[in-house]
Amino acid sequence: MAVRVQVEDFDAGVEIAKLRRGDRGVGAIAAFVGTVRDVNDDAPVTGLSLEHYPGMTERALESIVDEAKRRFDIRDLLVVHRVGALAPGDQIVLVIATSAHRRMAFDACEFAMDLLKTEAPFWKKERLTDGERWVEARASDDEAAQRW
Amino acid sequence: MRDSTSTLVSIRLVYLARLREAFASGGETLELTTEAPPTVATVVDTLRQRGAPWTTELAAGRVVRYAVNHRLARADQPIASGDEVAIFPPVTGG
Repeated sequence: MAVRVQVEDFDAGVEIAKLRRGDRGVGAIAAFVGTVRDVNDDAPVTGLSLEHYPGMTERALESIVDEAKRRFDIRDLLVVHRVGALAPGDQIVLVIATSAHRRMAFDACEFAMDLLKTEAPFWKKERLTDGERWVEARASDDEAAQRW
Repeated sequence: MRDSTSTLVSIRLVYLARLREAFASGGETLELTTEAPPTVATVVDTLRQRGAPWTTELAAGRVVRYAVNHRLARADQPIASGDEVAIFPPVTGG
């Protein structure tokens, strides 16, 4: 399964081992892990709740994985994204790309994250010391996705 | 009686994240009767006519995203009966 949306935490080491298992053509593995910061826009963040659009989320992630496989000469690509209640320091998202040589693995990993940030239907709501707020999308994320 | 040129479409609407809270609803079934072939914009125009909070949240200057049947869509995308049309703020995952 190339994409997973789950409440549970993930172990990047275990996922890397699974993704490369049995493929001796792999010479490079690039992985990205996104985590919850304890501050955003100068305000202390005590937690996050991550909402998604069941039914569309997996399809959007699969489409990103398919596009990455079409564009880059990679062996495999995995995307895992968590939903639900998260605390500062918790892991949110994992992307792993395997390829013969490093450049394709780095590029595929970055491409998948840039598209995920602008196309996958997830929304973060931050818990602050004095209430909650929906995280606003950043223009820099749109620019990052457009360069591909 | 509808005249022969109008179309009746029934769609499933889904509201997510900030919009779900603003509309105090996760979604609804909407029936539209239109002269021209309906698009996502037809749906949004219909919702805007309800007054606040629809008018403010879906105002022209607000950035809102759409999906039709679980795929990202633009405002000019045609819709048909049975479609699921989702309306949501720009995504913030990752």
